[in-house]
Amino acid sequence: MEDIAIVGVAQTKYEARKYKETYYDMIYEVTKAALKDSGLSLEDIDNVITVSNDFFDGRTISSMAIGEAAGAHDKNISTVEGDGSFGAFYGAMRVLAGYRSTLVVAHGKGSEGDPRFITNAMFDPVYQRPLGIEAISAAALQANTYMTRYGISERQLAQISVKNLGNAKYNPNAHLAMDITVEDVINSPKVATPLKELDCSPVSDGAAAIIIANAEIAQKAKQPPIWIKAITHCSEAYFLGDRDLAVPKALQDAAQRAYKMAGIQDPRQEIDLVELYDAFSYMEPLWLEGMGFCAPGEGVKLTEQGVTALGGELPVNPSGGVLSSHAILVAGLARIIEATLQLRGQAGKRQVKSARTALAHGINGACGQSHCVWILGGA
Amino acid sequence: MAKRVAIIGTGQTHHRSHRLDVNGREMIYEAVNRALDDSGLTIADIDAIVIGNMDHFESINYVDAWSVEGSGGVMKPIMKVTTGGTTGTSVAIAAYYHVASGMFDKVLAIGWEKNSESDTTGAIVTCSDPVWDRYSYSGAIPSLATEASAYMEKYGATPEDAAYVALRERTHAQNNPYAHMYGRPITLQDVMDSPMLAYPIRLLDICPRTDGAAAVIFASEDVAEKLTPQPAWIQAASVRHTFTWFGDVDQRSGLQSLQRASQEAYRIAGIKNPVDDFDVAELYLPYSYAGLKWIEALGFCEPGEGPQFIRDGHTNMGGKIPVNPSGGVMSTNCIGATALLRVAEAAIQVMGKGEARQVPDVNRALATGFGGCWWSDVMILGKEKP
Amino acid sequence: MSQKSVELLTITSAPIGMPYQWSVGIYGSRFFEEIRKTQRFVGIRCPQCGKVRVPPRRICGECFCEMDELVYLPSAGTIVAFSVVNYPFLDPSTGKKRPIPYTYGYIQIDGADNIFSHIINETDADKIRVGMRVQAVFKKPEEMQGNIEDIRYFDIIK
Repeated sequence: MEDIAIVGVAQTKYEARKYKETYYDMIYEVTKAALKDSGLSLEDIDNVITVSNDFFDGRTISSMAIGEAAGAHDKNISTVEGDGSFGAFYGAMRVLAGYRSTLVVAHGKGSEGDPRFITNAMFDPVYQRPLGIEAISAAALQANTYMTRYGISERQLAQISVKNLGNAKYNPNAHLAMDITVEDVINSPKVATPLKELDCSPVSDGAAAIIIANAEIAQKAKQPPIWIKAITHCSEAYFLGDRDLAVPKALQDAAQRAYKMAGIQDPRQEIDLVELYDAFSYMEPLWLEGMGFCAPGEGVKLTEQGVTALGGELPVNPSGGVLSSHAILVAGLARIIEATLQLRGQAGKRQVKSARTALAHGINGACGQSHCVWILGGA
Repeated sequence: MAKRVAIIGTGQTHHRSHRLDVNGREMIYEAVNRALDDSGLTIADIDAIVIGNMDHFESINYVDAWSVEGSGGVMKPIMKVTTGGTTGTSVAIAAYYHVASGMFDKVLAIGWEKNSESDTTGAIVTCSDPVWDRYSYSGAIPSLATEASAYMEKYGATPEDAAYVALRERTHAQNNPYAHMYGRPITLQDVMDSPMLAYPIRLLDICPRTDGAAAVIFASEDVAEKLTPQPAWIQAASVRHTFTWFGDVDQRSGLQSLQRASQEAYRIAGIKNPVDDFDVAELYLPYSYAGLKWIEALGFCEPGEGPQFIRDGHTNMGGKIPVNPSGGVMSTNCIGATALLRVAEAAIQVMGKGEARQVPDVNRALATGFGGCWWSDVMILGKEKP
Repeated sequence: MSQKSVELLTITSAPIGMPYQWSVGIYGSRFFEEIRKTQRFVGIRCPQCGKVRVPPRRICGECFCEMDELVYLPSAGTIVAFSVVNYPFLDPSTGKKRPIPYTYGYIQIDGADNIFSHIINETDADKIRVGMRVQAVFKKPEEMQGNIEDIRYFDIIK
């Protein structure tokens, strides 16, 4: 793959409700901030990709709300409706195809609609929707399948919430950050068994932006370029009943192709940190297994042994992950941004030492039907 | 390494107002299957998929995820691109970039809509800003009607001028067995007598609502010529989604987004005089007056001269620049597919597969998309590699 | 199983609403506040291109710069385009069919460079022409709720 790099990043603070700001305000802020971060001007941006979801925004053609705020008045533009990591994928392809740079922006406001209604609409209107299934109850089914398959307990999974919500204390943008114990997670209100409140991410308001550039523009930018070594994505079947929810096949496929693209032979050794999409506590160990960092069923051991802790051998979600901040579609883009900050050495109190190669990950669809894997490298 | 890209095959359903015999996935499958047959490929040969529609017409969230049985996306990379009416061209352009990036060799672009599944206008109304515009906004028809009223005031164009556009689209559709309006010819008087929906737009001045799907296969220069004798090469793709607020669009001037997008595309493809340099155009004209005004934005003629250009027959089959041999949007309108059909039909013309609707000796074709806040997408296809 | 014809079914969703609550933002909120207090429109001027837009918004898309110069505007303007809507459809904001006919209007408020969308209080297409002058008619201030319906419609000024 040709040399393309992330040269500018920005995120808003993630919070429960950004009452004052419209989507337009949030996108303008992150666009300005990403330009400032990169030291580039709007003229250096050749094209724009926006990421939004019509249901969350209560507006069909949700991209209409923000094009101008992303500086796209007289530029080529398109919109991906799906997680931000997929939108950034498209943005990267456009640079590989010849644009000098792409600005990718994503926004999400969980506060303005009813997330349960909205995620119920992900399910098939004929066969599934009337049963009332939505994102959390579907995740509960996956958690149940995973735990039963490998004999994993709720206490073991609770450790992930403890780790990630604790890491979030060092992330100034995080929505939720707290010092909790496994007992706190176990005693938190039951949402959909086996998931309790502290096993689930919040729903946040927020926006983020990245600028992807070719080598020429990367030279011009003022930040050290973070090179994109691999990008892949893959979707598996749609109906939950057509899938084995304990085995993330699509992620296995995407991860293996990404390692090949990046020339990585031993991911556990060669990758220094992982920012993955942990919308629920069980997702972290499940995705780590899918990425090949350990054998199936062994994901929780990595947490138990301290491997994935902030100071561990392979820190996972030093930012606090999606469990701490979940502005819906923004969350995958935020993983890419956090990985970028780490590789730049700009991650402040959550900095992973000597970070040279990072894996960032996003998911789309119920229970991680589709996965997007990014491998990033510093100089 | 950036690659040059061509369309090597297309497929579409027989478009109808109500396809009760299929659910959305099954309808998508029909188009995909036909595109694979047309290209001599199987789904295993496809490296990635891009799919688009307008969410609220079927009220399905995360359509890319939902579609996979029908779109062929199981264990493949698939993503959803959506930009309202321009979705079909945005999907085509996304598929183009998938291949041009060098990451994928053969990419399937799918556009679809089952307009029968919702109150179409109720759904479109939600595209407007909920705070400022949604109270008064009444959907596509009155919004387009406002442009027509301003154009008539400025240039003295008449409803009869527009009716000639409607007549042309419907007449062309009689050569296209896939078109929704195939088998339903009309006369000029039929247009002038049809019920008034929103002044000045009458029923036969506007596009229908259709259930249908289209699929187009894009391939890289490394494989395109091995797969088909005459690929349709993408020579330019430009997009201007210029405005965010309806009120910023000045209906008294030309369609700015189309002017800007076409100027850029013409520059990239070396087009000096569109009427001479193109052999055929598949234009996204959702209503008759667009056929008068938007060809001016494309440089076919000067502002205000659209009506005369149409009356002189230049856009009919056999004319200087046949427009919409397929019958256009006014003959088939399954929103997510509509703009993709313009690209597919333009490719069909270049590949020489147009049968009864084929324009002779097509070297270059123009395809446009329209939608959203008066946005435009432009693609130029041709027999020669760029 | 024999291939005899089967009755083709559809599933209809329940007519319940998906509730939303959208932020208006600082600029829009100011617009509604001004209408309630003084029945005047407030627009905003771009420091670079000088264009004035109503309702006011944060950035000028063409210049990509932030604006903060609020400008008072009359609540009257000129019809730039209009359409009399004759067909019924479901209003997604209320869940009911919108009463027809009604007239959708694009109005250039005096002093503004962009167009304001609202309802024109005349449904006979023969009595409306592009270029006519119109005046906003407001609800009684005590009935105003801080949304676009605080402007009831625009009357044609005879």
